Amino acid sequence: MVKEIERAGIPVVHMCTIVPISLTVGANRIVPTIAIPHPLGNPSLSIEEEKEIRRKLLTRALKALETEVTEQTVFEK
Amino acid sequence: MKWASINLVQDRKEEKIMLKVVHYINQFFANVGGEEMAHIPAEVREGVVGPGLAFQQAFKDEAEIVATIICGDSYFNENMDEAKNTIIEMVKKYNPDLFIAGPAFNAGRYGVACGAISKTVKDELNIPVITGMYVENPGADMFKNDIYIVSTKNSAAGMRDAVKKMAPLGLKLAKGEKIGASIEEGYIPSGKRVNFFEKERGSTRAVKMLLAKLNNKEFETEFPMPDFDRVPPNPAIKDITKAKIALVTSGGIVPKGNPDHIESSSASKYGKYDIEGVMDLTEETYQTAHGGYDPVYANLDPDRVLPVDIMREFEKEGKIGSLHRYFYTTVGNGTAVKSAKGFAEKYVKELIADGVDAVILTST
Repeated sequence: MVKEIERAGIPVVHMCTIVPISLTVGANRIVPTIAIPHPLGNPSLSIEEEKEIRRKLLTRALKALETEVTEQTVFEK
Repeated sequence: MKWASINLVQDRKEEKIMLKVVHYINQFFANVGGEEMAHIPAEVREGVVGPGLAFQQAFKDEAEIVATIICGDSYFNENMDEAKNTIIEMVKKYNPDLFIAGPAFNAGRYGVACGAISKTVKDELNIPVITGMYVENPGADMFKNDIYIVSTKNSAAGMRDAVKKMAPLGLKLAKGEKIGASIEEGYIPSGKRVNFFEKERGSTRAVKMLLAKLNNKEFETEFPMPDFDRVPPNPAIKDITKAKIALVTSGGIVPKGNPDHIESSSASKYGKYDIEGVMDLTEETYQTAHGGYDPVYANLDPDRVLPVDIMREFEKEGKIGSLHRYFYTTVGNGTAVKSAKGFAEKYVKELIADGVDAVILTST
């Protein structure tokens, strides 16, 4: 799906936990996430701490969308 | 005395050397549990567990599965280095002649685990390895050039067929015998060329292929073109504070009750849902339809997969232009690549028509 969205001309950032799969599939902008069953959260934290993590990851995703890339890029920070 | 010594030599000759095999499987095939147990770290058990039984029967008295290593799929993929190190130590102890992983069929995380651990065992311990999976499993593309991956069906219903191909190829590898071409042995082509004689000559095969093509029947090319389906990245968003951003997920988030009945695996459809005025996804209003991961965390707070709450916050603070009124969702669990491609081809037209500037796509 990532690739078809990209192919149609819309920049897309893929947020996922297993980065090697995303690379194989062909995503160009990748943001690694927390865990498979809760990519954008962490149930062992408080709700506020969890939101903070989500905020941080989504800020990174926005940054990825604002960054020119020429090849597959993983935004680790 | 002379006779006796001759007998002794003959006896020894008849004594077969039993090859030692270590088998790797996930929590599901070990009957430990489903997704709720996918977080368990690696453990080792003596002898055969689960699908090992079918392999043991196929090996007859040529090989013996001495140990089975069991590891949760999520655990392996989320802690790959640690899991690999632990499992390597476990395998080392048995010093096997062959390492078998899976088969994983179309289970993505299991396929990646089977491929990754097999490659590590081969590279670090220099032990022959074999695994099996469906050709669309992401693990197949990742590891087909490193190890022998037998091509299997896309579900565990193909176990018998998989074992029938994996067991003899495994024995050949363990004995150091010559391995034939992928088409003969049943593994996924690894990009290496092997010479062999075809039964029919080239001209006969070419004419047959041409006839099939003319009749719109299926035929298999003998010279497949490499599949480089890469899409170049689109230019970056100039000003994200003005951009309309849509959320898309393969994590199966749907309104409570899953009104469109999106399947928990091998999804045949996607959903499009209006989130106008929705500030937060809650346990009461949304859930996941995904059957390929433990749903507890996503059901308690679906924002953990589809982050509507923070996107609303960003919208209010002016960090983004706006959050698109609809989100698109499907279940990425053994779903055919062709289906997923088809879904996206369809809804991306709507995204464009609706003036969406960028997409955040989350996966589990």
